Amino acid sequence: MNGAPYETVIGLEVHVQLATRSKLFCRCRTTFGAPPNTQTCPVCIGLPGSLPVMNRAAFRLALRTAVALNCRIPRFTKWDRKNYYYPDLPKGYQISQYDLPMSADGWLEISDPQDRFPPRQVGIIRAHLEEDAGKSMHDEAAGAADSRIDLNRAGTPLLEIVTRPDLRSPLEARVFLTELKLLLTYLNVSDCNMQEGSLRVDANVNLHLAAPGGTRATPIIEIKNMNSFRAVQRALEFEAQRQYEVWRETGQTRGDVPKQTRGWDDQAEVTRPQRHKEESSDYRYFPDPDLVPVTVTPEEVEQVRGELGELPAALRGRLEQAHGLPAYDADVLVNQGRALVDYYLQLAAACGDGKLASNWMQQDVLRTLKELGLEINQFPVPAASLAELLRAVRAGDLDTARARKVLQEMVASGGSVADTLRALGIAKVDQAAIVELCRELLQANPQIVADVRAGKSKATGALVGQARKRNPQVNPAQIQQVCLDLIAEMNE
Amino acid sequence: MIDLPATQLLQLLREGQTTSVAVTRAFLARIDQLDGTIGAFLRVDPEAALARAAQIDRRREAGEPLGALAGLPVALKDVLCTRGEVTSCASRMLRDFRPPYDATVVSRLRAADAVLIGKTNLDEFAMGSSTENSAVRPTCNPWDVRRVPGGSSGGAAACVAAGMAPLSIGTDTGGSIRQPAAFCGVVGLKPSYGRVSRYGLVAFASSLDQVGPLARSVEDAALLLEVIAGHDPCDSTSAAVPVPDYAAALRERPGRLTLGVVKEHFGAGLDAEVGDAIEAALDVFRRLGAEIREVSLPHSRYGIATYYIIAPCEASSNLARYDGVHYGYRADETALRAAPPVPRAGGLPAADALDSPLVRLYRRTRAEGFGPEVKRRIMLGTYALSAGYYDAYYLKALQVRRLIRQDYDLAFRDVDLLVGPVTPTVAYLRGEKVDDPLAMYLGDLYTVTANLAGVPGISLPCGQTRDGLPVGLQLQAPPFEEARLLQAAARFQQATDWHTRRPALA
Repeated sequence: MNGAPYETVIGLEVHVQLATRSKLFCRCRTTFGAPPNTQTCPVCIGLPGSLPVMNRAAFRLALRTAVALNCRIPRFTKWDRKNYYYPDLPKGYQISQYDLPMSADGWLEISDPQDRFPPRQVGIIRAHLEEDAGKSMHDEAAGAADSRIDLNRAGTPLLEIVTRPDLRSPLEARVFLTELKLLLTYLNVSDCNMQEGSLRVDANVNLHLAAPGGTRATPIIEIKNMNSFRAVQRALEFEAQRQYEVWRETGQTRGDVPKQTRGWDDQAEVTRPQRHKEESSDYRYFPDPDLVPVTVTPEEVEQVRGELGELPAALRGRLEQAHGLPAYDADVLVNQGRALVDYYLQLAAACGDGKLASNWMQQDVLRTLKELGLEINQFPVPAASLAELLRAVRAGDLDTARARKVLQEMVASGGSVADTLRALGIAKVDQAAIVELCRELLQANPQIVADVRAGKSKATGALVGQARKRNPQVNPAQIQQVCLDLIAEMNE
Repeated sequence: MIDLPATQLLQLLREGQTTSVAVTRAFLARIDQLDGTIGAFLRVDPEAALARAAQIDRRREAGEPLGALAGLPVALKDVLCTRGEVTSCASRMLRDFRPPYDATVVSRLRAADAVLIGKTNLDEFAMGSSTENSAVRPTCNPWDVRRVPGGSSGGAAACVAAGMAPLSIGTDTGGSIRQPAAFCGVVGLKPSYGRVSRYGLVAFASSLDQVGPLARSVEDAALLLEVIAGHDPCDSTSAAVPVPDYAAALRERPGRLTLGVVKEHFGAGLDAEVGDAIEAALDVFRRLGAEIREVSLPHSRYGIATYYIIAPCEASSNLARYDGVHYGYRADETALRAAPPVPRAGGLPAADALDSPLVRLYRRTRAEGFGPEVKRRIMLGTYALSAGYYDAYYLKALQVRRLIRQDYDLAFRDVDLLVGPVTPTVAYLRGEKVDDPLAMYLGDLYTVTANLAGVPGISLPCGQTRDGLPVGLQLQAPPFEEARLLQAAARFQQATDWHTRRPALA
């Protein structure tokens, strides 16, 4: 543990907004950014007499995620009411799942290609569905300290994923979140946009310290208000250090003080105690009598499993095995998302060299995408065209530096390989012409022939400059090879 | 005209012997004449009702196809949402609340071309058995205006009994249709749970609430039930069970019935005169060829206790939305913004002074917006759901509820229907029980088990006391066997004339 005198123990609670068109219990749209209170109806604003009806599509997305997280799917699940008062909670209760969640006991494996921590299966305690609350906006600038409430978000489906306290460092927490987000993206269940609140993370953290008589645990702190994965890592790092200092001062261990909630201040880079919404949190959960329990058959689970598609872990394995990529390459490609992997797979198949394709993806395609701010599906060069270019490189018709130039031009013009070569004045040199050129060069440079014969095969390098002077299109490597072949022929 | 059954009025309307305007006018005149005394209605809109009646008359003249209740006035308990019109639940909390939508039952009534004549009084949020808990005014029993009409659908029963509406819609969570029907001498039917949509019914206890008809005869109740019954995709708890043709079922002659008399319904607390009337009713059934058998619902003795845990628990959550934030009553804001008072009770700062402005808004809004019975039930339910009490109260109540259901299942293996009293007593005097909630709760002894079990029950007039107060007979059937219930009730009606008796009103 990087020399720290303690072990950091972390569990995460992740709220994922599911990418449904409509809300969990009514037909209102879930589009982000609509004018306040325009995506509402009697049900999601909790008008008297209104009743919820479960959105099957939302349940299906939740099921898809739970299955992908290796969760157990019980046959029977139900809805419970979590009762508390808050202005953005129009019914005075949130419809959630309490003692019989729709899934439990799963795991997600994380690893680090840089080996900063050993591969780990992070346990998932449960994943359950619930409705989101609205948004309170406190307009303190107006002087009147007005609060306004936007209920567009109220009733949006959320999947709450709770991990076991299996994470052992802030870095692991960040890697877990990255892997989870990647999985959710591959599953197409959420857009995972933290800025828009479609992915929210709370963390529970404490320290295990070696002390005389056994391990001591510091009080568990819940951290909220972290707006990026980086913030999660920073907050946890800060909090671990803070807890260690508090422990050294007070010696307080778990159970000495009630569980505390702290908020992350991204500017000041500190956690601060949060005031409690209610003095005690007795939510008086009970089964929602307005909704019927949901039954899920094993056949349904199998069907969902069958429709998951290839998930990141499996895809990395395939890239390593079938395309001969190192773990690092597979990781980089897979982490870019399915669309980029699909592009890569086409490219690798069409150019016939997985590693070459991977190098070009990482060095050229990704860099270009980043520079231009594009997604892979907006990349102007189709995989087939890039493959054509890479085949020319493999055949020795083009050197890498010129091929790069060609690709850049293709990105700019959107033209084909042939058009671009023509536009750049690059012509493929006929093999016979190259042989003829090399023969003339060897005749004009007997010393080089002698050097090669003496075992200095690198001596042909001196011929490259001369060759390019006479024909700028030639490939240096090819010139050297042909010269060596000719000298060998002369020996026979 | 106001004395004619709904089925007959429909007949006259169809034959062109009268018009919806004439019918509506007759009932409006009756309301005008009597309702100052009775107080069955919270709101009547004569212009709107007459306009609607005229529209239906025009359509009839034009030969357009019309719905099953075309031109017939129907009163609505003021706990069903009507679009753009006040739906108050007889509560200060919702006294100005206008829902932007119609309850499914209301939509169905409109689609059947009923004339919605007004909204009737009730115990606040349907919590009560006497309509004395209305925040607006109490309703009087048309048979004796000093007495309660029962509740919570007191206005719904009283308006039918007094001839102010031929049909009305009530709701029944623990007896709130059947008990006022018994007290007012009309027919009231609580359908099986899930038979009628609850969408747009302002919830009291969601797992118990049902909407049902009140009428002067079994045929009329059947007519209204058929219009409002059926699956509703907006209510997850409504059942996808086909709705039979109840009118046709009533024309059939039922086979030999076996009726079960619940022995637990004849214990202590049953008024002697009520008991006599029930015995007489059993004799009527015997003469009609029915076999009467004693059955037991052994867990029914826990019915009241179970009901008064489950219903308040659900209510405490259902009524949490009335917080003054989004709609409905809100405590005076200027007072809320002002610095809180600093009175000290016994040296401790008053709760109000400790609260944040938000909690103060909640506290005052709910303190001022709800009446005492509603508060009592919210407190009961909140307590019973609290950590440490949940298992002993709510969970235990759910277990007993299952046993009560099982009692019914077992009983219905042996008998077709259960028969017995609706209430232990006839209508009592206003004010008699307001200070004794427990005595009031015990009046629901024979009715709550049907709600806990989800079975249908009907209350029909079966006698009168020496003081001339109506006595109700209750029949209960297995879930979704409303047709069987109606058939047996109709047979009883054919053999008796109790349902034709009318209160003597000025």
